[in-house]
Amino acid sequence: MKSANELLAGKGTHEAWTPLLEMATREVFELMLGCQLTIPAAAEEPIPEVTAMVGLAGQLCGVLSVRCDGKAAALMTSKMLGVELDKVGPEISDAIGEVCNMVAGNFKNKIAGLAEGCLLSPPTVITGSNYSLHCLAESPGLELRLLFERMPIVISLEIHS
Amino acid sequence: MRKIVERSLRQAGLDLTKVFEAGNGAEALVVLQTNPVDLILCDINMPVMDGLEFIKQLPGVANAKGVPVVMITTEGSESHVVEALSHGARGYIRKPFTPEQVKEHVVPVLEGKS
Repeated sequence: MKSANELLAGKGTHEAWTPLLEMATREVFELMLGCQLTIPAAAEEPIPEVTAMVGLAGQLCGVLSVRCDGKAAALMTSKMLGVELDKVGPEISDAIGEVCNMVAGNFKNKIAGLAEGCLLSPPTVITGSNYSLHCLAESPGLELRLLFERMPIVISLEIHS
Repeated sequence: MRKIVERSLRQAGLDLTKVFEAGNGAEALVVLQTNPVDLILCDINMPVMDGLEFIKQLPGVANAKGVPVVMITTEGSESHVVEALSHGARGYIRKPFTPEQVKEHVVPVLEGKS
């Protein structure tokens, strides 16, 4: 297993991390929500009504985000908390923030040196429909597009160093 | 996360009489002032007061004396584990987890085997 620094120094760093990010995401959804994520046949962009973000600082600096539409966020919350879909309320933010936190933590724990050398911020969650996100990161990030119960979700890692 | 943990404990078959929640370590210390408990489950990564600072403060709380603490966190750092254990944590569950994993860590602690 290569360290974060070796991967960052090497060519194709970001591509090398994509399978790890996908594995980390799949594990969280399988263990915590009891469902399998699938690959979309075509790139689908969710209406970004819920965006959860967790900052990474230390050996790797950046932001990991999970974004999806409100329906997917509600279903994730329902599955994670074991409550009926129509009873899901304001706990959506907590649930999606926690999903993002777990994906970020699980991802960094898969890269040698990052478990020790990288800290996570508490999650931040943005909800609504009239917003856009602009990243000023120096490097191109990673982006995963997956389907959660046939609904598109996007997991992004913006890397600052 | 607090609801998820509670759900996992129930799914694992544990009989929970009462569950007290707190959003961070500082809130938990306030809860413990007036509520005796049998077990404390605590995240590390929390705002205001994180889990490591929280367990450092526990010896000064009467209701926490002898109460086992199990950390639940995404942090895989060995130094965090060592620090948590050195301050009295009796177990450590890494997220994501299954109800069975929660049971494996919590039941021995409650039975005094860990």
